Amino acid sequence: MGSQGGFYQSKEFLDLVKSIGEARSKAEEDRIVLNEIETLKRRISEPDIPKRKMKEYIIRLVYIEMLGHDASFGYIHAVKMTHDDSLLVKRTGYLAVTLFLNEDHDLIILIVNTIQKDLKSDNYLVVCAALNAVCKLINEETIPAVLPQVMELLAHPKEAVRKKAIMALHRFYQKSPSSVSHLVSNFRKRLCDNDPGVMGATLCPLFELIARDVNSYKDLVISFVSILKQVAERRLSKAYDYHQMPAPFIQIKLLKILALLGSGDKQASENMYTVVGDIFRKCDSSSNIGNAVLYECICCVSSIYPNPKLLESAADVISRFLKSDSHNLKYMGIDALGRLIKISPEIAEQHQLAVIDCLEDPDDTLKRKTFELLYKMTKSTNVEVIVDRMIDYMISINDNHYKTEIASRCVELAEQFAPSNQWFIQTMNRVFEHAGDLVNIKVAHNLMRLIAEGFGEDDDNADTKLRSSAVESYLRILGEPKLPSVFLQVICWVLGEYGTADGMFSASDITGKLCDVAEAYSNDETVKAYATTALMKIYAFEIAARRKVDMLPECQSLMEELLASHSTDLQQRAYELQAVIGLDAHAVACIMPSDASCEDIEVDRDLSFLNDYIQEAIEKGAQPYIPESERSGMLNISNFRNQDHHEASSHGLRFEAYELPKPAVQSRIPQTLIASTEIVPVPEPMYPRESYQTTMPSIPSDAGSAELKLRLEGVQKKWGRSTYTPATSTSNSTSQKTVNGTSQGDGASTVSSMRETYDSRKPQVEVSHEKQKLAASLFGGSSKTEKSPATGHKAAKASSHVVEKSHVPKSSLEVASEKATPAQQPPDLLDLGEPTATSTALQLDPFKQLEGLLDATEVASAVNGAPAASRSPDIMALYADTAAGIHNKNDADLLSGLSNPSVTNMPGTTAMPQVTQSSSKGPNPKDSLEKDALVRQMGVNPSSQNPNLFKDLLG
Amino acid sequence: MGIRFILMVNKQGQTRLAQYYEWLTLEERRALEGEIVRKCLARNEQQCSFVEQRNYKIVYRRYASLFFLVGVDNDENELAILEFIHLLVETMDRHFGNVCELDIMFHLEKAHFMLEEMVMNGCIVETSKANILTPVQLLEKT
Repeated sequence: MGSQGGFYQSKEFLDLVKSIGEARSKAEEDRIVLNEIETLKRRISEPDIPKRKMKEYIIRLVYIEMLGHDASFGYIHAVKMTHDDSLLVKRTGYLAVTLFLNEDHDLIILIVNTIQKDLKSDNYLVVCAALNAVCKLINEETIPAVLPQVMELLAHPKEAVRKKAIMALHRFYQKSPSSVSHLVSNFRKRLCDNDPGVMGATLCPLFELIARDVNSYKDLVISFVSILKQVAERRLSKAYDYHQMPAPFIQIKLLKILALLGSGDKQASENMYTVVGDIFRKCDSSSNIGNAVLYECICCVSSIYPNPKLLESAADVISRFLKSDSHNLKYMGIDALGRLIKISPEIAEQHQLAVIDCLEDPDDTLKRKTFELLYKMTKSTNVEVIVDRMIDYMISINDNHYKTEIASRCVELAEQFAPSNQWFIQTMNRVFEHAGDLVNIKVAHNLMRLIAEGFGEDDDNADTKLRSSAVESYLRILGEPKLPSVFLQVICWVLGEYGTADGMFSASDITGKLCDVAEAYSNDETVKAYATTALMKIYAFEIAARRKVDMLPECQSLMEELLASHSTDLQQRAYELQAVIGLDAHAVACIMPSDASCEDIEVDRDLSFLNDYIQEAIEKGAQPYIPESERSGMLNISNFRNQDHHEASSHGLRFEAYELPKPAVQSRIPQTLIASTEIVPVPEPMYPRESYQTTMPSIPSDAGSAELKLRLEGVQKKWGRSTYTPATSTSNSTSQKTVNGTSQGDGASTVSSMRETYDSRKPQVEVSHEKQKLAASLFGGSSKTEKSPATGHKAAKASSHVVEKSHVPKSSLEVASEKATPAQQPPDLLDLGEPTATSTALQLDPFKQLEGLLDATEVASAVNGAPAASRSPDIMALYADTAAGIHNKNDADLLSGLSNPSVTNMPGTTAMPQVTQSSSKGPNPKDSLEKDALVRQMGVNPSSQNPNLFKDLLG
Repeated sequence: MGIRFILMVNKQGQTRLAQYYEWLTLEERRALEGEIVRKCLARNEQQCSFVEQRNYKIVYRRYASLFFLVGVDNDENELAILEFIHLLVETMDRHFGNVCELDIMFHLEKAHFMLEEMVMNGCIVETSKANILTPVQLLEKT
């Protein structure tokens, strides 16, 4: 059934498609489409357009929208077409409408009626067309209009209708779960449908339902397992086979469902072990689809309650993936490794070099996936290498979204596992320097807080050292040309607080630098404000220390500028600075105590020092103060007090913006009315205040402070090495113990023995020393961080980091080498390329092979003297395809079976089914010649600009 | 949800078929297509057939001059989607016989009909070629 049967299109349509197909640039394409829009606008509203013609117009509209232009002038005609009696025209109408309109479009209301009518049709194809439209066009409000009919159709004799009805119900569930909540049992019923297609489709809604509420579906575990068993045993119709795999897409969906149901449920998981194990054994690992199913098995195994045998099978598959030459399989392998590593961390070790290869691969996708894996396996022993690598990568990329993500991961890992304060500061500096504008402002605040508070250890000396090193590094960094605003804020703050604290740098050094900053970033008011306040602190400390203050000339000019600034904030800071400089040492020491950023600010809430003043005023006849509880027309001041309170107690600095002032709407309302608002029906304008009053006290005092406090504590806790709780699951706790008991070598022997294990495994491969070092640092102690004994804070602190580093359990290495040997047994994926091994550059990638084959055709056709010379040579080189291919369909078709990726992956004999399939297409050379002739007859000629249009997709 | 969109784009970056399973405005579609086509077409054949985007992934496969790009959620099985693309091409091939870019251009609606049978609500609902093609072929006879 070649395409010639469908050529009742008009010359006009063919010309349009032809010219679009041959357009060489987007601009040219746009011109054609704009022209077409003009034509259609005129034509489409002509009276009495024949149906076929109208259908063509509508498809031309689809083209217009597909190519990025607005075709809304014709929407109404598409809507009208859905009313048509002819099935083909009707379905085209529905298709166009689903492509053009979203569910909230005004025209939908005109279609609902038609849909209702069509759902009742005797012709099941009409019903199916309507159900397709239901899935795309019905929104929450229109669900009730079609729901009863859709429910009836669930029992339709035609399986195609039942399948689509189930999907329509699925759609309703997605749109508005409450509207069909009483109907979800239908999904369970349809799972037992006689037709595998309906059953397969039902898995989609069930998957979503189970993801939302696992516990209600535990009873289905047995059913899912038995379905999966039947599928794997080829009990479904052959029509569902794909590349000799029985219904692989259904298998994958079932494995996904089982993964959900078995997660953390030992009993449910035990029901699954046999069938998953069977699939591991049966799966054809030489085809892409087989590997897709195997990958899903690994996902399932790593999600359900662990089973040692299955984990072993999963590990075998992963090592096969990682050893493969195909980047796709490597990618899947890295992903799978990331899943399995949570359950059995030791498996990473055998793949260390493969992982490093992926990390250094030029393919960005693979690299990112590998970083994700590294992120998951970071521990205090390898954090330095990993974060270092991550930052290098972060610097090298331009994609801001990913840069942000990786920056926040670096920060997270650094906060969690940092081996030393020095390293932490340096790491944060690098992150800020290169991605400062992308990281969350909270990270900056955290860093300031960490520097101010020290790191939870009661060692003032260490804190001082840390601050000095921070100051030093910041002064160095300030030399860099362009720094992110957030980073500058941190720098200014730290310089202001600690710039002169250790006496290494003089006040004029620091103030000079701060003035430079304010000048260099004069557009950034926040940075300027930070710099001004920092200046004030430096001068204040100088005054308090009773040293002579010489304001630098550049500083003076900066102040003059700021005093006249348009920003009131900057102005105020400048005035404050001026005022502080004029005060004596004692007063300055009171208002600007040195290193007091962590002190609580005590606020005299009763303002008792004003009592005398008030007394005096009242005696003179002033009005007494009315507490705010008696003045309901005013804002509730106690709320603000609460806020103050929580801020003062949580930390000294306040970073978030102040509340926006609330409009005091009620102040105009007479007192009498206001006094009794609680009883009297509240007039309209009272609402904002009411809600404000009730919500205000709770929000800042609970949520707000909890958040701020949590951060603070979280950081400290994370910081202390000893409090780190390894993310291990129950399964590895046993292996951990044995590891702890064994003797421990020193750091150097780790590296060498690591090398030995690797060498003994694969002696013929030479691995660069650098790579081995990297491997050792990444994986060297992958099983040892868990061992840090939970012996309380003090003890853990005593065991220094160096000691910890040297604790490398030998036994884990032995385990690794043991594992490594069997891992070599399964056939290497490299064999896959062998059947067609004529060239050395064979890849698993089907495209490559396809191209190679086509090259061959091209050569053959060139020898035959076929007309392939009409193209320019560079196109020939770039795209090894051929216009002559059309005339040489004979060759191409013989080869088409081979170009199929599944077949090339197998020994030649198994190619039979593919060949039979392609022969079922009919007499191919004849078929294609006819097609070609017809196309030429219509005026589309392969000798024109884009001969690719004629190339068969499959070879 | 699973599948978010299916695109067919030739190697000049021109869209040949676009089906979205979540609503995007014309401008959003144009921007999205421009961005991902640029990304995918620049990759060579040794590299993975997967590209990670903001909060989704693209699985793509090239057939002659035509790229098939499928946008999927992050938890989707990439290899399975890669094979789904192949299944789609095999199905079109069975229908058109040696399917080529022009077949899809001249019979855009049929290519869409096949997709409508295979994917609903962003889920793969039918993978039997016979079941996919029967309704399409019945339509032709009307």
